[in-house]
Amino acid sequence: MLEIKDLHASVEDKEILKGINLEVKAGEVHAIMGPNGSGKSTLASVIAGKEEFEVTKGSVSLEGEDLEEVAPEERAHKGVFLSFQYPVEIPGVSVTNFMKTAINESRKAKGLEDMPAKDMLKLIREKSELLEIDRKFLSRSLNEGFSGGEKKRNEIFQMAMLEPKVAILDETDSGLDIDALRIVANGVNKLKSKDNAVIVITHYQRLLDYIVPDFVHVLHNGKIVKSGGKELAMELEEKGYDWIKQEATV
Amino acid sequence: MAYTEDDLKKELETQEYEYGFYTNIESDTFPKGLNEDIVRAISKKKNEPDWMTEWRLDAYRIWEQMEEPEWANVRYEKPDFQAISYYSAPKQADPNKSMDDVDPELLEMYRKLGISVDEQKRLQNVAVDIVVDSVSVATTFKKTLAEKGIIFMPISEAIQEHPELVKKYMGTVVPKTDNFYAALNSAVFTDGSFCYIPKGVKCPMELSTYFRINEGGTGQFERTLVIADESSYVSYLEGCTAPSRDENQLHAAVVELIALDDAEIKYSTVQNWFPGNKEGQGGVYNFVTKRGLCEKNSKISWTQVETGSAVTWKYPSCILKGDNSVGEFYSIAVTNNYQQADTGTKMVHLGKNTRSTIISKGISAGKSQNSYRGLVQVNSRAENARNFSQCDSLLMGNECGAHTFPYIEAKNKSAQIEHEATTSKIGEDQIFYCNQRGIDTEKAIALIVNGFSKEVLNKLPMEFAVEAQKLLEISLEGSVG
Repeated sequence: MLEIKDLHASVEDKEILKGINLEVKAGEVHAIMGPNGSGKSTLASVIAGKEEFEVTKGSVSLEGEDLEEVAPEERAHKGVFLSFQYPVEIPGVSVTNFMKTAINESRKAKGLEDMPAKDMLKLIREKSELLEIDRKFLSRSLNEGFSGGEKKRNEIFQMAMLEPKVAILDETDSGLDIDALRIVANGVNKLKSKDNAVIVITHYQRLLDYIVPDFVHVLHNGKIVKSGGKELAMELEEKGYDWIKQEATV
Repeated sequence: MAYTEDDLKKELETQEYEYGFYTNIESDTFPKGLNEDIVRAISKKKNEPDWMTEWRLDAYRIWEQMEEPEWANVRYEKPDFQAISYYSAPKQADPNKSMDDVDPELLEMYRKLGISVDEQKRLQNVAVDIVVDSVSVATTFKKTLAEKGIIFMPISEAIQEHPELVKKYMGTVVPKTDNFYAALNSAVFTDGSFCYIPKGVKCPMELSTYFRINEGGTGQFERTLVIADESSYVSYLEGCTAPSRDENQLHAAVVELIALDDAEIKYSTVQNWFPGNKEGQGGVYNFVTKRGLCEKNSKISWTQVETGSAVTWKYPSCILKGDNSVGEFYSIAVTNNYQQADTGTKMVHLGKNTRSTIISKGISAGKSQNSYRGLVQVNSRAENARNFSQCDSLLMGNECGAHTFPYIEAKNKSAQIEHEATTSKIGEDQIFYCNQRGIDTEKAIALIVNGFSKEVLNKLPMEFAVEAQKLLEISLEGSVG
């Protein structure tokens, strides 16, 4: 579904990704772990198409289509979703209005009419229940004055609304207490199917107790230095990242 | 291909001001220049009574002694007042003729402006007065309104038909001596709307005036006078457009509102005069004096969406003379390219328990400059006066400016005055966040701007709010740098 080949990316001439190879098939959950500054969030931004990063070599393709010339909003229309580590505030724009705009823009790109208000309401009701979101929350301005947990829950709510093919969760566990973590993870698990894929970017193994990965990759200094099954995450939790770093330099 | 910002900018360059068409209507235009004879000639053309002619001449003499103000935070080449024609009228404009007699070109212009002068407007509950260049060419619904005793007509007709009302109120809120442009307007105003709502009457429809400058080399000086008698209510809308021209055109209007005891006036403006091209050439100089007088327990509410004009100089104000009166000012001012706006309000608290609210939203893009200038003045006798002001500025790119000049003068210890101000910038992070959800950059900006302006947009009558929202989007397309 998502194929990353020898991906190199820089920001302001500083190379951050130095040759990433990764293949994610439909129905799979991949975890990307690694120490701070290893390039995890950059990888997420590059897949989503953030222009600040320049792809100097290699490619990212979705269902066989090279994404290089595809604008961020078109990637979203094709089914790429990024749950942001730091979701931005948009004052005066309610969660509902934002979602309505996002869904209708995607539909417009596919040549469809706007979603009828009745269907939209039904969808919002259904998905907000899935994430145990109070409906009052949906009329508040997007992320304005939200707690850390509310912001992350709102990200997963948007994922539920947009039903992406590939969802990248960038540090979704940071800032969540244990109850919120459970709700968010449950939401993701319910949205998972044989037709979509999830990439979980995380620093800690904690989230992986709830969202169980099929594969775990360790990113260090812009490269994937180790891949394995879910037991690799346990090992990292136990031993930290130092042994990986040493192994990588040898 | 990915649609980049450069593409967007290119598209903008080729995109023209939507209302920039010029209609080829035969017009009757005075020679350029201004002197007492021209003032007399305007008055004669309008068949005015002597008192009106004298009033104009007095204003002209005052104006001659005055200097153009310099204190506003705007820079422009001063208009040459001898190079302007002070009267231009579409030849066919005769209010007594039926629609069938109207110049088809004029009707075509209305169509382009999106105005249907016919009775279809009844469905929308809007009565319209249209002012093209210097004269009023069509007023709809006069009859329906007359049944309630409401007078809504061009001010030139009001001078003929209701001289006692015009004489009693004109110049009482904005005196001839008020300022340079008000004096000029008082001398040469050629038309505008007049509205009187009798005691206890709630006007059943929105009253609307549509202003259009069509002829080149002319100025537009309209005068609006709205009187809401005791316990009455009226909601008034005003819209403005002009053709695209290389030269600057002058628009110097005066609007006076009078709310008698327990009356309420809601005055909304969507101003979309030609803003000049992207190099800053041409565009309308919009130098307007708008002020309302509130008697006991009355309320005046100004709402404005300012997107056009090369230079704007405008401060819709309230004199809160009566006890318990309320003044409100809600404003969105957008500047793009080389536009300059210096706009705000004055709330003058004279009566006891008077209250005022100011919500100002300034949006600057391109190389434009956007200033809020406001005065909250509490007189020594104004016990328990209260004001709340909020001024928010939104910046796009690194070449524009936002400025706030709030003045507060409180001479009574019981006054409560609050002022809040914020400045923010549309961030690339906000745009990318929207992009990632499938919303393109143009739509993202519209969404962010609408969110920013929501408190003010909500104050507009429904139909107008939709138009204003569209206008905001058009004015700011491709403006993120």
